[in-house]
Amino acid sequence: MNRIEKLFKEPKEKLIPFLTAGYPALDSTVDLVCAAADAGADMIEIGIPFSDPQADGPVIQASSQQALDNGMTLKIIFEQVVKIRKQTDVPIALMGYYNPILKMGHETFLNHCVSSGVDGLILPDLPLEEAVPFCESAKAKGIAPILLVAPNTPNERIKKISKLAGDLIYAVSILGITGNDLASKDALGKYLNRVQKNSVTPFVVGFGISSREDVIWFNKHSDGAVVGSAIIKNIDGSSNPVETTKSLIQELKGTK
Amino acid sequence: MDNKFKDYNLPDERGHFEKFGGKFVPESLIPALDELEQYYAEAKLDESFQDELNGLLKHYSGRETALYFALQISEELGFKVWLKREDLNHTGAHKINNALGQILLARRMGKKRIIAETGAGQHGVATATVAALFGLECIVYMGKEDIRRQKLNVFRMNLLGAEVRPVSSGSMTLKDATNEAIRDWVTNVESTYYLIGSTVGPHPYPMLVRDFQSVIGKEAKAQFANQSGQNLPDRLVACVGGGSNAMGLFYPFIKDDVKIVGVEAAGKGLESGEHAATLTKGDFGVLHGAASTLLQNDDGQITLPHSISAGLDYPGIGPEHSYLNESGRVQYFSATDTEALDAFQWLSKKEGILPALETAHALAYLRQKNNGIESGENIIVCLSGRGDKDVHTVAEALGIDL
Repeated sequence: MNRIEKLFKEPKEKLIPFLTAGYPALDSTVDLVCAAADAGADMIEIGIPFSDPQADGPVIQASSQQALDNGMTLKIIFEQVVKIRKQTDVPIALMGYYNPILKMGHETFLNHCVSSGVDGLILPDLPLEEAVPFCESAKAKGIAPILLVAPNTPNERIKKISKLAGDLIYAVSILGITGNDLASKDALGKYLNRVQKNSVTPFVVGFGISSREDVIWFNKHSDGAVVGSAIIKNIDGSSNPVETTKSLIQELKGTK
Repeated sequence: MDNKFKDYNLPDERGHFEKFGGKFVPESLIPALDELEQYYAEAKLDESFQDELNGLLKHYSGRETALYFALQISEELGFKVWLKREDLNHTGAHKINNALGQILLARRMGKKRIIAETGAGQHGVATATVAALFGLECIVYMGKEDIRRQKLNVFRMNLLGAEVRPVSSGSMTLKDATNEAIRDWVTNVESTYYLIGSTVGPHPYPMLVRDFQSVIGKEAKAQFANQSGQNLPDRLVACVGGGSNAMGLFYPFIKDDVKIVGVEAAGKGLESGEHAATLTKGDFGVLHGAASTLLQNDDGQITLPHSISAGLDYPGIGPEHSYLNESGRVQYFSATDTEALDAFQWLSKKEGILPALETAHALAYLRQKNNGIESGENIIVCLSGRGDKDVHTVAEALGIDL
C-alpha cells in the first residue's frame, strides 16, 4: 500500500507542511524535511521550483526563484529524496508545474519518483482535461496523482476528479493563489462539505492556512491541512531554518 | 501544398491543434474557460453580435483598412509588395480588432472588470480603449522593463482611464505580465474577464483571438483580387511574437495555394542566446495554459527572450503556429534587431510609413538573401502597427539623444 493511502486510513489530525526544494540553500531540503517529520508533520509537500509559478503568491514565488538561483533541478531533488528516505518514512508528495516534468518525460520522471521514494504528485496546471494519460501512468507505478478541486468546481466534476486521482485529492480553499487570505468560515464550511459529499477519496485543504486554529478547523472539515506560505515566510531571513521550522510545526500541531 | 489542409478545421473539440494547445490551467479557471467557450459559440451564431462587432470595426476603428501597393520598395526588390495597413486602425495597430470582439463577449457575460497583459503596450492601449468605450474597469499588467521602453503607451493607457500595474518578477516583460494577469484572474475569476491579446493561452483563446483577427485576411483577400486582377497572392508575410496579426492574415488563406511565411525575432542573433525565435530555437512545452513551443533550458525552466521589439519579446508562441510549423503549412524565418532597425528606416524613407518595430521584422525578411522569394511574386505583408511608439527605442539604438 502506498504511504499516502495508508496515512489517510488513520483517523487522526493531519498537518502537511510545504517546503520549496532548494530553499533557502541548495542543500537545505534534506534536513528541513527530516526535521519537519520529527516535529510531527504527517506528510510533506516538496515544491519543485519553476520559473513561472502561476498559482503561487509572492512568498512562494520568491522562494522558487531563490531555489533556481541556488541551482535546484529535478535531478537534484530526486537525489535529495533518496537521502531523506534513509532517515524517515513520512509520506512525500512533490508539487510542481507541468513543464519541467514534461521536459524530463513522463516515464523518466515517474521512474525517478518510484526509485527515490516519492508517494504522490500535485500538479496545479494539469487539470482533468489534460491529466488522464499522466495520472494513469502514475497510478500504474503506485504513485498517487493528487488532483485539485476549487470552490467553483461543480459536484459532478469533483466526483470525476477524485475517481481519476484514486487515493487523495487537494481542495484549494479559495479562488486565488497561495498565501491569500481565507474566505469566511461559513462559505468554506459549505464548500468543504460539498467536496466531502462528492469525493470518492479523502481530501486535504490548502492555500491561506497559517495558524494552529486553522489546522484544527480544517481537520474538522476535511482530512488534513496543508501549510505553505506561512512555513516559507518563517524560514525567510532565519539564521537557523531547521529549528525555526521545527518550532513552527510543533506550534501548528499543538505539541509545543 | 499538402491536401490535408484543404479541409483545415482546427482546433478540435478539446482545443487541440494535434499535440499543441489545450487547457493547462489551475482548476478554478476551468469553469471560466468553459463558460467563455459557451458564450463564444453562441455569439458566433448570433447575427446581432456580429452586426454590432462589424459596426464597431467600421465606424469606431475605421475598417476596412487599406491594402496598399508599395511601388517604391517593389521596384527595388523586384517583386510586388502589398501592405495590409493595420497601422491605420484606431489606436494604431491590429490589436483593436480582437479587443472589440472580446469586450463584446465580456459584456455579454456580464463581467464588469477587465484585465489584460501587455508587452509593447499596443494590446494594453487597445484594451484600455474598448474598456473606456464600454465604461468598464480596466487593469493592465505590464513588465517594468516594458514600461521603461514604452512610456508613451503607459501614459496613453492612463489617459484612457486604465490602471497600469507594474510587474517586477522574472524578466519584467510580457511573460511575467502574463503570469501576473493569470494570478489576478484565478483570484477574481467570478467578476473578471481576462482579455488576452494574442493567439496564446488556454483554449478557447487561441481560437477566438484568431477568429477576431481574421478580418485582416478576409479583407486582404478580397482587396487583392479587386486591385490586382488576380485571384490570390503568391505569398503572405507577417511577424510573429504570440502570433495574432499573423494568424489573422494567414487563417483565411490556409486552404488556398498560397505560400505563407512567419517572421520571428532573432534579437542579437540566433546563436547569441539573446533572441525570441521560439519556433527556430525552442522545443515542446507547456506555458501560460497551452502546449506549444517554448524557449527553455534542459530542466524545463523558461529562458529569457530578447528582442528590440517589446511585442515580440516572448518565450512562447501561439499553439496554432506550432502546429502550422510542424505540419509544414507555414515556413518560419527570423530577423535580427539590426535587420529590423534597418527595415524600419527603409520603409520610412521609401514609402513614408513608419512601421512598428514588430512589423519591421516582417519587412526585413523581404530584404534577406535566401528568403525563397521569386521575382515578380505578389506578396501581402501585414503592416501590423504604426511605429510612432518605437521612435524613442529607435533613436536610442541609433545613438541619437532626443
